[in-house]
Amino acid sequence: MKRPANDGHDGISVSAAAAGEREGIYPLVLLRILRALACVLAALALALPVCAPAKTVRPDPTSPETLLNRAFKEIGRQRFDAALEHIEALIRVRPDFRMAHLIKGDLLLAKARPLATLGNAPNGPAARIVDLREEAVARLRAYREQRSSDQVPRYLLQLLPEQKYAIVVDTGRSRLYLFRNEAGQPRYVGDYYISSGKRGAVKVREGDQKTPIGVYHVTSSLPRKKLSDFYGSGAYPINYPNEWDRRQGRNGHGIWLHGTPSDTYSRPPRASDGCVVLSNADLDALARHLQIGLTPVIISEGVEWLSVEAWNTERTSFLQALDQWRRDWESRDTDRYLAHYSPGFAANGQDRDAWGRHKRQVNGAKSWVKVGLSNVSLFRTPGKEEVVVVTFDQNYRSSNLSNVMKKRQYWLRESGRWRIVYEGAA
Amino acid sequence: MRAALRLVALIVGLALATLTHSQSDDLQDISRLMKQGQHSQALDRVNQYLATKPRDAQGRFLKGLVLVELKKIPEAIDVYAKLSQDYPELPEPYNNLAVLYAAQGHYEKARQALEMSIRTHPSYATAHENLGDVYTKLASQAYDKALQLDSTNAAAQTKLSLLREMISGTNRPTRTAAQPAKAAEPTKLAAAAPKAAAPEAKPATAAPAQVKPVPAPDAKPAAAKAPEKQAGASDEELIKAVRGWAQAWSKKDVDAYLAFYARDFKTPKGEARGAWEKSRRQRVSAPKHIEVELEGIKVGAISGNTATVTFRQHYRSDSIKADSRKTLVMVRVDGKWLIQQERVGN
Repeated sequence: MKRPANDGHDGISVSAAAAGEREGIYPLVLLRILRALACVLAALALALPVCAPAKTVRPDPTSPETLLNRAFKEIGRQRFDAALEHIEALIRVRPDFRMAHLIKGDLLLAKARPLATLGNAPNGPAARIVDLREEAVARLRAYREQRSSDQVPRYLLQLLPEQKYAIVVDTGRSRLYLFRNEAGQPRYVGDYYISSGKRGAVKVREGDQKTPIGVYHVTSSLPRKKLSDFYGSGAYPINYPNEWDRRQGRNGHGIWLHGTPSDTYSRPPRASDGCVVLSNADLDALARHLQIGLTPVIISEGVEWLSVEAWNTERTSFLQALDQWRRDWESRDTDRYLAHYSPGFAANGQDRDAWGRHKRQVNGAKSWVKVGLSNVSLFRTPGKEEVVVVTFDQNYRSSNLSNVMKKRQYWLRESGRWRIVYEGAA
Repeated sequence: MRAALRLVALIVGLALATLTHSQSDDLQDISRLMKQGQHSQALDRVNQYLATKPRDAQGRFLKGLVLVELKKIPEAIDVYAKLSQDYPELPEPYNNLAVLYAAQGHYEKARQALEMSIRTHPSYATAHENLGDVYTKLASQAYDKALQLDSTNAAAQTKLSLLREMISGTNRPTRTAAQPAKAAEPTKLAAAAPKAAAPEAKPATAAPAQVKPVPAPDAKPAAAKAPEKQAGASDEELIKAVRGWAQAWSKKDVDAYLAFYARDFKTPKGEARGAWEKSRRQRVSAPKHIEVELEGIKVGAISGNTATVTFRQHYRSDSIKADSRKTLVMVRVDGKWLIQQERVGN
């Protein structure tokens, strides 16, 4: 196991320049929420239309997030004294929760004078205030937008039976969602605040301080003892760059899920060099569900949610394409088989033409072929391009050769058709 | 020295209204000693005085001030803490207790004491102003924690100005003036308190209706006929009057300021008009400068010659900053809108 030296592993501080850059991509929605909160804190007669939370995320009544959400709720009702009590209870539990101190300051100051914004500390370093403000906005947004649990992220098309849990990260919302595999259907379990790359998402180069977007899995567990305090209660590396990333020429390494330093409850939304950072308590809660080498970690810039029906339709339609490929392979009609491969296909140093010649030659020598697929998992890659990562056990038998292997394919939807752009042993 | 002068005036104000002549003489003597800077002698005298009247509220209050002058802050805190326990209906001991807590940097305790003071007297302006300062200080401590800054230096500065100003600011004209319960008999004072604290509004709001029964029936049909026009015209007059009042206050033009109060103005604690005017003169002229800004002025119901006006008041003097919501009950006398009642809070 290599110990990564860069990507995701240096200091906490965010430069003013980085903060400035972020403003460019600061979503309007966030600004609106920020303004709404400021108004509320200013004790103006403006009720926050808080959508009723569908489900209690974690029932623990003393968890920091529960206490924080209670405070948000009271702020929404303009009951600032009650909000202050919850915040004070929260600070008693987590004195290292800096953002909570910021909210407390606002609630107190609102009693003395109208507030201009969220986080009114007049003399503080601007970059740190911006960081805390962004964390407050991200957390408030998570509270306001708690989703109904009957929606499914588009990415978890099909889990393996042994994949008990799956993780979906939303870097735009600073949120990590945990799902349980219930007979193939992902069931929402909980969600957690996270920090991600200082310079946002879509990692391309080593040292670009961005979080990768794609389909990954947890590859190992680095115990606390082997880590410096900076990583908190543990670290779980993921397999960035995967086959698809390499194909796209992306590099870098050492992207982990990890905790926070012992004196820091949480870090700002954009704080890491690409890693996904959780509070230690949240990481510990998550760790109980992680299966090394197995648990999928899908990282997106903004999760696409589907109804169960729409999700089922997408899954079925893709499985049909996959099965058609399998049957066309069995048919030994090489043209029909090769029609499943994209012109841009490349694998093992072969391009589409070389692959085609090779397959034609192999198929010509056979009188029969049987292909069985089992343990099929399907994960859709987040992002504009429609890519599905397919992994399965392939049982290949033919007149002159048989073998069993674990295979991984990347399918790309081009002009309305799913085609294979990469395949290889998994 | 100015602070000392104001301290004396305060005690005289407290004492004269409520005490028998001999008590009053004793306390005046003690005040005089303080005024002359003879604090140790003042302490001796007040201790003598309290030896015969150990529960006397005025005497104990004064002793607290003497101890402050002698920089015996923990002892002063002790005096005010016990005084507020024995007389929970009096806001001043809580207020001074809060000032001393704040001076020691115990803002959370200061906040609790001020909140108690306001709970007993919701319209006690000094406590509101002080509480504003304490909230601001607490907020800044919270921000420092959020940003991991060391806040010790800033705290020291606020401390000093808070202490000086708040002690001079304790000059609340005592409500016992109107209801001369004897301070030396705490049970009576305590018994009088609910009467004094709760129904403030009753006689005053009832008064205009009784005194001027004529305009009331007239007003209703008039308002129904052309409510907008009438309201519009009066709105302007009312806003102009309220602005004039704030302006006079800002200019520290006490005569002009007091001229905005109607003859039947209901004093905040039910004290005599003279006592109230005296305290206002002092409070308005004491700071070097005052700035009163009104925001969001809204004219409420106009009924005949009475109306209510609400707004947010931003008060700023060289030492105190306070924002509050205010409601003025206005009455029209000889075509001029005057203040009949002044309420702080919502």
